[in-house]
Amino acid sequence: MIKFENVTKIYPGMSSPAVDNLSFTVPTGEICTIVGPSGCGKTTAMKLVNRLIDATDGAIHVLDERDEMSNVLEMDPIQLRRSIGYIIQQIGLFPHRTILENIGTVPQLLDWDEARIRHRAEELVTMMNMPVDFLERYPHELSGGQRQRIGVARGMATDPPVMLMDEPFGAIDPINRNILQNEFLRLQQEIKKTILFVTHDIDEAIKMGDKICILNVGGLLEQYDSPANILAYPANEFVEDFVGADRALKRLNLVRVEEVMNSRPPLLQATQDVKQAVGFMTEKKIRFAYVVDAAQTLKGYVRVKDLKGKTGWVEEYLEPAATSIQLTTNLKDALSEMLVVDYANVCVVDGQNRVRGLIDTKMIHESVIESNAVAEGEEV
Amino acid sequence: MKEDTNFWQRLRRITIKDMMSWTVIPVLMIIVSVLVYNRLLLTIEPGSMEANMLGSYEIGFKRVGDAITEHLRLILVSTSLAIAVAVPAGILITRQGFRDFSGLILGVANVGQSVPSIAILAVFMGILGIGFKTAVFALWLYALLPIVRNTAIGIEEVDPNVIEAATGMGMTSRQILLQIELPLSFPVMFAGMRTAAVINVGTAALGAFIGAGGLGTFIIAGIPLMRDSLILVGAILTAIMAILVDFILGKIQDRLVVPTASA
Ligand SMILES: Nc1ncnc2c1ncn2[C@@H]1O[C@H](COP(=O)(O)OP(=O)(O)OP(=O)(O)O)[C@@H](O)[C@H]1O
Ligand SMILES: [Mg+2]
Repeated sequence: MIKFENVTKIYPGMSSPAVDNLSFTVPTGEICTIVGPSGCGKTTAMKLVNRLIDATDGAIHVLDERDEMSNVLEMDPIQLRRSIGYIIQQIGLFPHRTILENIGTVPQLLDWDEARIRHRAEELVTMMNMPVDFLERYPHELSGGQRQRIGVARGMATDPPVMLMDEPFGAIDPINRNILQNEFLRLQQEIKKTILFVTHDIDEAIKMGDKICILNVGGLLEQYDSPANILAYPANEFVEDFVGADRALKRLNLVRVEEVMNSRPPLLQATQDVKQAVGFMTEKKIRFAYVVDAAQTLKGYVRVKDLKGKTGWVEEYLEPAATSIQLTTNLKDALSEMLVVDYANVCVVDGQNRVRGLIDTKMIHESVIESNAVAEGEEV
Repeated sequence: MKEDTNFWQRLRRITIKDMMSWTVIPVLMIIVSVLVYNRLLLTIEPGSMEANMLGSYEIGFKRVGDAITEHLRLILVSTSLAIAVAVPAGILITRQGFRDFSGLILGVANVGQSVPSIAILAVFMGILGIGFKTAVFALWLYALLPIVRNTAIGIEEVDPNVIEAATGMGMTSRQILLQIELPLSFPVMFAGMRTAAVINVGTAALGAFIGAGGLGTFIIAGIPLMRDSLILVGAILTAIMAILVDFILGKIQDRLVVPTASA
């Protein structure tokens, strides 16, 4: 847990605050994204937590190792920083040290022995989808995306419960950023860190945050809430403008396919008799159906017009499915995938490629209408 | 696996051009030295006026050897003393609280540097007397600036993001200095030491004016006698030494390059 209580920061010689009377609480195990226009005090707010900057007024409490809330201003800054993961956009890897030594920075400060540091570093690079022999390389021998991953790994080296991330994926191209975001979200499901995540990109804030803290210039808190609530009920005009006119569409980001799909779709077995299959499809009033094997693994699909008047087994008439969607994909990505392949409906599969459901554009449409209705209904 | 590729890469990188660059200069310098020795020095008759000017003992290999040793000793002592003082000073002016003054300090030092060395020698001869000590002092003074300046620049040039990451992870300022700033700035610092040493090779030739010996001895002996050959011996050998010192330190510097591609 990270708790801001009426925190104000005025830089020496400045007349107006960079962070103004900020209060919010990040619950343990959640990601809170801080978002706002350039110069609104995001970085300042974050650095107040590990005391790279000291607050002018107010208090920040973090949950320490003994599970007690302690005021950071009463802690030794060096010890405090060693207990909090810190990751910045410019990464700041040490160019004269190997990846192993870079990741081992805080462990070494805490006097871990060499074997333990190496073990942990191997664990982390593997977690970051990189080969273990990268540990012997120097930062300049890695690509930008790989360096970014090492930056994240370095911040997680001692498994700190609280992490501060300042635009951690800001310096890489959109495709790699998307990959890193997804990787990190998957990881977060296991590691359950309490994270302050600074970004200037509202889409990233929505995607990564369990909570979003929207700041305005001058360090004023405009709204602190879950992404769904911020999109549904922006607190004021500033927030409304900031999240953008397409906020209804943005809400598609927040809903996962498994929440709206038809989880009992009409399926055919590969070993089914063709006549029987045609009967099944006629009865269900569908023109095509997905086909699975005994283990529910997706094999492809068949069209009713291809089967009519034929004999034999369904698997003889199989067409390969052009795409399938994972259970945890959000509706926006699902919709875009469906538009690309021009399918009316797409199979939803789990990690083992087993069919778990079916989704079509109508379901996505309905989900948008539903959430709009809820939002408007509540507002009146 | 990685060791291997590195080894082959390194081997492949040693081209004929490299081998030439490592040997051509030293070989050339040795040839010139031998020529100088044969053509200029051996023409001096033992017992002649020139010989007397050069000192009581015989002209020849031993006299040249002694002059070179004296010269090197002047440089070695003055440069080491300068490093011992200038590196801490350079570090100091990059610390918080001193940063604002670093420009001023370097400015003053810059002005000091532009005072002709002969004037410095003359002034301090009056205070410290003649001989080795005065020469070392003057050389030391001259070597300070390039080392202080490069130390400070080297540290200031360290990527601020690297420092921020180090601070944010809980390194103390001492740890940051020793583990991050110094290693990363060492190549620049070393370049300053190289400059200082090379400047000192030339300046040390003036040491002979105040009886500190060295290669300047030949020049000083040659001037009143109007014997160009003697002056040339001193001048050429000094130049050769400067080139060689620069060359050797340059080769060492090449080895120090840290992987600096922005990270
Ligand atoms: N050391 C400092 N001294 C004085 N003012 C500062 C200092 N650091 C930041 N500021 C000012 O405080 C305000 C907030 O800065 P901050 O870096 O927190 O913004 P930010 O939201 O992170 O912006 P960006 O999105 O551009 O990174 C800005 O107006 C900035 O100019
Ligand atoms: Mg910032």
